Amino acid sequence: MPLAPAITDLEQLKNHPAVARLISWNPQAVTRARFDREEMTVFIDRPFIREACSLLKDDSACPFNFLSDITCVDWYPAEPRFEVVYHLLSIPKKERIRLKVHLSGDSPAIESLTPVWPGANYFEREVFDLFGIRFTGHPYLRRILMPEDWEGYPLRKDYPVEGYR
Amino acid sequence: MSHLTPTPVLEPGQDRTLILNMGPQHPSTHGVLRVLLEIDGETVVRMMPDIGFLHTGIEKTCEAKFYQQVVPLTDRIDYLCPMTNNLCYVLAVEKLLGLEIPPKAQWLRVLLNELTRINSHLVWLGTHAMDIGALTVFLYCFREREEVLKMFEAISGQRMMTSYFRVGGVALEPPLGFFDRVRDFAGSFPERIDQYENLLTGNPIWTMRTKGVARMTAEDAIGLGATGPTLRGSGVDFDLRRDMPYSSYDKFQFKVPISQEGDVFARYMCRVQELRESISIVRQALDGMPEGPIKADAPGVVLPDREKMKTQMESLIYHFKIITEGFAVPAGEVYQAVESPRGEMGYYIVSDGTAKPYRVHMRSACFANLQTLPTMCEGRLLADVVAAIGSIDIVLGEIDR
Repeated sequence: MPLAPAITDLEQLKNHPAVARLISWNPQAVTRARFDREEMTVFIDRPFIREACSLLKDDSACPFNFLSDITCVDWYPAEPRFEVVYHLLSIPKKERIRLKVHLSGDSPAIESLTPVWPGANYFEREVFDLFGIRFTGHPYLRRILMPEDWEGYPLRKDYPVEGYR
Repeated sequence: MSHLTPTPVLEPGQDRTLILNMGPQHPSTHGVLRVLLEIDGETVVRMMPDIGFLHTGIEKTCEAKFYQQVVPLTDRIDYLCPMTNNLCYVLAVEKLLGLEIPPKAQWLRVLLNELTRINSHLVWLGTHAMDIGALTVFLYCFREREEVLKMFEAISGQRMMTSYFRVGGVALEPPLGFFDRVRDFAGSFPERIDQYENLLTGNPIWTMRTKGVARMTAEDAIGLGATGPTLRGSGVDFDLRRDMPYSSYDKFQFKVPISQEGDVFARYMCRVQELRESISIVRQALDGMPEGPIKADAPGVVLPDREKMKTQMESLIYHFKIITEGFAVPAGEVYQAVESPRGEMGYYIVSDGTAKPYRVHMRSACFANLQTLPTMCEGRLLADVVAAIGSIDIVLGEIDR
């Protein structure tokens, strides 16, 4: 099966239920959308992420009630440098959606999702630990995998693979 | 190391509580998990798992390897279900490439994945029962596990770090007599499951230690990100193999066992039933095994046969190029999840169009499942912590990565 080209035009993707729901709630919250390799990605503006998630979680038509994963991609040296990636899953509808938020490299911070899903706790700690992104409102934002006194954020692209010696 | 000092959050608030440090070298923590417990007499007031002792930075290492070189790394994150991790990774890369996989390779992948599930559940059952005090089951389980490991060795050359799947198919044709061996095993295994159940399911000591212990509601399980038997034990009917099928799982008939109670016994029953379903999938895979190639027809991605490589110039060139400079993957990103024995194993791979992944993230099932422990244990007896840890079936290699 050859790859179909990605659809990046927001106008064409408006009919996707989750996108339509978000746009009807707040058109400013959705900056872009992308449909590629059968996967839907919606780019959310930073201040709206928590509300967007709780909206999608409680949507009656297609509730994305399960938070699969939170991670981050570092596009150093480009700006905005960080992309925080959320993977939501709808257990009743068996569908996935990916939300993305761009963050600048300069003291990156974003609202925590722990009030929406308590399970966001460890994932956000991991992103904080390895990328240095702060989640405001997180109940216990400390390093989780690395030692507490570790310096630097290992998964950032300007951190060498072999570490500092 | 400051990492090892008790964290201030769990300083006792009143005189009557005590901080107990369980692990990281406790026999029932299945690896190096450290659990901080605040106890009031025999009751757990607060609980906090502390992880990271096995962190090796595999996600960072992946960024420095070619796509095909990442496959052996994926074995090493969860050493009890190597094939599941291999499968999840190669499926994600194949999705990025848009590769079509021949049916025989897909069937082989299903067959081996279910054997892996049996292998993993046997280790879980043996050690979980041993933690609670039923020592005999361990010996029975490892007897059958040995047989599975021998089959892995026959097909891939390795007992544990199999690395048998490749981007575009599987590494080798199965050896002569392999399918007969699997068929023999599938024939005798249901009887063996009866043996384990005879030892445990109706055993009054076992039921007293597991029924009503470490309860979790379906709502909590979903909110905390639990997947796999930990989720299904709480009555949520969701299995990626059936609900979001991959690698031809939609062509197999199987039931998804669920239990409503949400306690240790419910999770035990789910896994034991899964053993029976897995053996039924193995039989179906054996009966319907298609003929044909085991690798996709994609010369720039899949290594050519040795025979062709030695006789045809073009194959030699491809072989040389794949080994020395890898294969470029079109830019993009995918998230691929499979149902591992422990729950949703997911790979998120970002490609920037080169031969090395820009970012590989592993969504580990145990990592999320571990978060459910405090919900299960707080307000319960200290002795039940061991049963709760065993019931979520953690592998620390996968949690810490």
